[in-house]
Amino acid sequence: MATQQTRSLARMMMAPSVILLLVWMIVPLAFTLWFSFQQYNPLNPIRDGFVGFANYALFWSNPAFIQSIINTLLIVVCVLAITVILGILLALLLDQPIWGQGIVRILVISPFFVMPPVAALVWKNMIMHPGYGVFADIARFLGVQPVDWFAHYPLFSIILIVAWQWLPFATLILLTSLQSLDGEQKEAAEMDGAGFLARFWYLTLPHMSRAITVVILIQTIFLLAVYAEILVTTNGGPGFASTNLPFLVYQKALLEFKIGQASAGGIIAVILANIVAFFVMRAVGKNLDK
Amino acid sequence: MKLKTLVLSLCSASALAFAAHAETITIATVNNGDMIRMQKLTDDFTTKNPDIELNWVTLEENVLRERVTTDIATKGGQYDVMTIGTYEVPIWAKQQWLLPLDNLGADYDAADIIPAIAGGLSVDGKLYAAPFYGESSFIMYRKDLFEKSGLTMPDAPTWDFVAEAARKIKADNPDVNGICLRGKAGWGENMAFLTAMSNSFGARWFDENWKPQFDQPEWKNTLQFYVDLMKDAGPSGASSNGFNENLALFQQGKCGMWIDATVAASFVSNPKDSTVADKVAYALAPDTGLGKRGNWLWAWSLAIPAGTQKADAAQKFVSWATSKAYLDLVASKEGWANVPPGTRTSLYNNPEYQKAAPFAKMTLDSINSADPTKPTVKPVPYVGVQFVAIPEFQGLGTTVGQLFSAALAGQSSVDDALKQAQDAATAAMTEGGYIQ
Amino acid sequence: MARAVTTQHKAVATIAAWVVAFLIFFPILYTIITSFKSETEAIAGFNLIPSGTLESYVEVQAQSNYFKFFLNSVILSVGSTILALAVAIPAAWSMAFSPTRRTKDILMWMLSTKMMPAVAVLFPIYLIFRDTGLLDSRIGLTIMLMLINLPIVVWMLYTYFREIPGEILEAARMDGASLWGEIWYVLTPMAVPGIASTMLLNIILAWNEAFWTIRLTTTEAAPLTAFISSFSSPQGLFWAKLSAASTLAIAPILIMGWFSQKQLVRGLTFGAVK
Repeated sequence: MATQQTRSLARMMMAPSVILLLVWMIVPLAFTLWFSFQQYNPLNPIRDGFVGFANYALFWSNPAFIQSIINTLLIVVCVLAITVILGILLALLLDQPIWGQGIVRILVISPFFVMPPVAALVWKNMIMHPGYGVFADIARFLGVQPVDWFAHYPLFSIILIVAWQWLPFATLILLTSLQSLDGEQKEAAEMDGAGFLARFWYLTLPHMSRAITVVILIQTIFLLAVYAEILVTTNGGPGFASTNLPFLVYQKALLEFKIGQASAGGIIAVILANIVAFFVMRAVGKNLDK
Repeated sequence: MKLKTLVLSLCSASALAFAAHAETITIATVNNGDMIRMQKLTDDFTTKNPDIELNWVTLEENVLRERVTTDIATKGGQYDVMTIGTYEVPIWAKQQWLLPLDNLGADYDAADIIPAIAGGLSVDGKLYAAPFYGESSFIMYRKDLFEKSGLTMPDAPTWDFVAEAARKIKADNPDVNGICLRGKAGWGENMAFLTAMSNSFGARWFDENWKPQFDQPEWKNTLQFYVDLMKDAGPSGASSNGFNENLALFQQGKCGMWIDATVAASFVSNPKDSTVADKVAYALAPDTGLGKRGNWLWAWSLAIPAGTQKADAAQKFVSWATSKAYLDLVASKEGWANVPPGTRTSLYNNPEYQKAAPFAKMTLDSINSADPTKPTVKPVPYVGVQFVAIPEFQGLGTTVGQLFSAALAGQSSVDDALKQAQDAATAAMTEGGYIQ
Repeated sequence: MARAVTTQHKAVATIAAWVVAFLIFFPILYTIITSFKSETEAIAGFNLIPSGTLESYVEVQAQSNYFKFFLNSVILSVGSTILALAVAIPAAWSMAFSPTRRTKDILMWMLSTKMMPAVAVLFPIYLIFRDTGLLDSRIGLTIMLMLINLPIVVWMLYTYFREIPGEILEAARMDGASLWGEIWYVLTPMAVPGIASTMLLNIILAWNEAFWTIRLTTTEAAPLTAFISSFSSPQGLFWAKLSAASTLAIAPILIMGWFSQKQLVRGLTFGAVK
């Protein structure tokens, strides 16, 4: 339908974004790839030089490496599961007629506006602190020993914080999708005598599948890169219990200043991200093509 | 008006304008109380030096270290004065990243700086950073609880006595922890404490050939002693306690003893924040009779990166902030108890300070009993009491800290933690080229 | 009878929704409450009624000049958003109205550029910024934030533009409108809500970006994320001061979000509603 002219114009209009992102992708990636084959430690420059795949071997043999991959995936999967399931339930709840809907929505959406370091600091010090946190206060009120969350359930604690940050996002998208569900269809289903569960399973959930896809896709990108929450709360510990791949790269880069190894880790992280993205697309991408 | 006078006046006006155009120096500092106080007293400096303006970057310790290290290693030139510790100074000075401080002014009196501290900040006899405040570590304990349990704290106790006292206090007072110690992972957190403690047990990080020593019995004794003691008499959740958490516990009356930085003394003895201010006493860090005590040595210091364009102004500032006059200034504005401690001998000879700070003598004794150039019982190839002054230590110390923190939390055994520490240290030393 | 059931139903739903909303909001609420306590009060146990002291705020302001950081946050987030929109609107438009077989792939590729862990490229970027004199400059950081959020912006606009019915364009073309006329007079008015919500989302993301904004700034360009990192764990008691600093850091964006949530929500679908 479009003429030759509009086609070339369309290309021109796309060019700035594509070129900018291409540069933004290639330049750092090229640097990282180059550094990943170098010994480069600005604190100890004497031994700098080309080392082949040694950085990859060192990163690979790091005792925290396997654990960090598992943790990365655990964070992504668990946070996705929590936010999608709770998000659906919350969306169903907020879709009901209630008093003060506006205020409720404002309260629910709020965590999304909180910057990650503040969210982590608040949860660490005000909520989950074993001495002064609200959880500890509740535990003492109930007469049980307060739990030291970050020491005993480090990964769970981080998942909890990250899920809290992303729950509003999931809820809002799912709610918007729910509200677009045709009222007539719903009524027809009710007329047919379909119970709540049946309606949910055969009507609501299929309708929301596209929204769920979007939530999974967008969140996966951000969840693969979680690190500020770890840095503020557990510092990856105890041991390596809450070290994920970005945090491991962070430690190599900004604690040990082993830029070569950090770059190798960065390349591994990119590969992992693309594998995850591939499976996410395979699993849910079809929904987007409607 | 004649043309000549017009030109002249124009010239002098522009000259004046030039002189009034202040030079701005950027100072990176850590967000500790003493530094924040310094920031508030900036006016005193700028009135004395109207041609210099100060730009402050105050950051949390870890972020600060990350930022200044990145900047100095890449010669980014973002800062004119950096707040760094005794760990960085020898490494950076060796890389020639810092300017030697040889122009601090006639009345600076560098000889007054406490020798142990000056030693930690000098390379080849040249001072590369000026100490802003210095600290060692010692025992803070509750006189009332010791009395109640019928115990008497000697001025220089042994670890066995400390452990026994901690268990007894815990038994006599169910709400109180016998002892509070650092457990949070980090080379400057639990490893500062544990490395200093290990010195008193005769352990060392490396032998003369940089071979890690975690497989030796001295380290096993240290870590086992620590884990057992904390299990029996320490607070719950100790593996996430750092300085701050323990300070809060102690101030709330939840600790019988606390071994930590000497600067903590001014917090725990301050009735405004501390519920036990009038019940605290101090003792030297414990030993095991091997000749070394378990106390560290640290000084937050001001250094000038070699890349700065404003070295003169920066030196003026460093000189002001670490001078005797600055101590007097703080004393006159905020009282002697708030003076930054641990840098100058003259402060400890000042009767007014001694009166305001009952912990003064014990602090000085602690600082003097630490020797960064000879920290351990057996010989070592490194300097540093609670750290090893090599670039690899930040990473290695933190890794080992995490392993030991996991042992404290009960997630791994002492033997496993030590074995993993040995492996990690061997790998790091091989990679760094220390072990061929 | 049915009426009564509905009211009862509404009451139950209301209570449930309010309880859940309160729980989700609680960490923020408690932080705001704690910011009005004194330090000793802050650690004295659970208490929802503060003494109302402002000492923490006074202390925080004395230590760091809040308004300077605030101003930088505003400049960086708004500036990078405008820049991103300027680049993204044409791209999203052409993807939505002249799609090719590769459009989906290009979109996915754009999103995938966000998967590089930032810290792995810090050193190269730091060196580039040093050599171009962009360290601690608002311009450098604005460009940085624009690049980081560009993929999301393009995608969001694309999904929004796609919902504009093509027939309207046909009609405009029949009337002889030029391509630019098409964009300006026909599309733009229909696209305003989508652009508005994209803008809001991007401002939020830019405001909360906490890696590059801390690592590439010192004083001149430092926004509120740097402000908060000077309060996170100093010596001594800090709970109330941290709460005050946190409240100050999140308040502007929270209030903006509350007032504009209708616009934000309308476009925050990423094409999920079809």
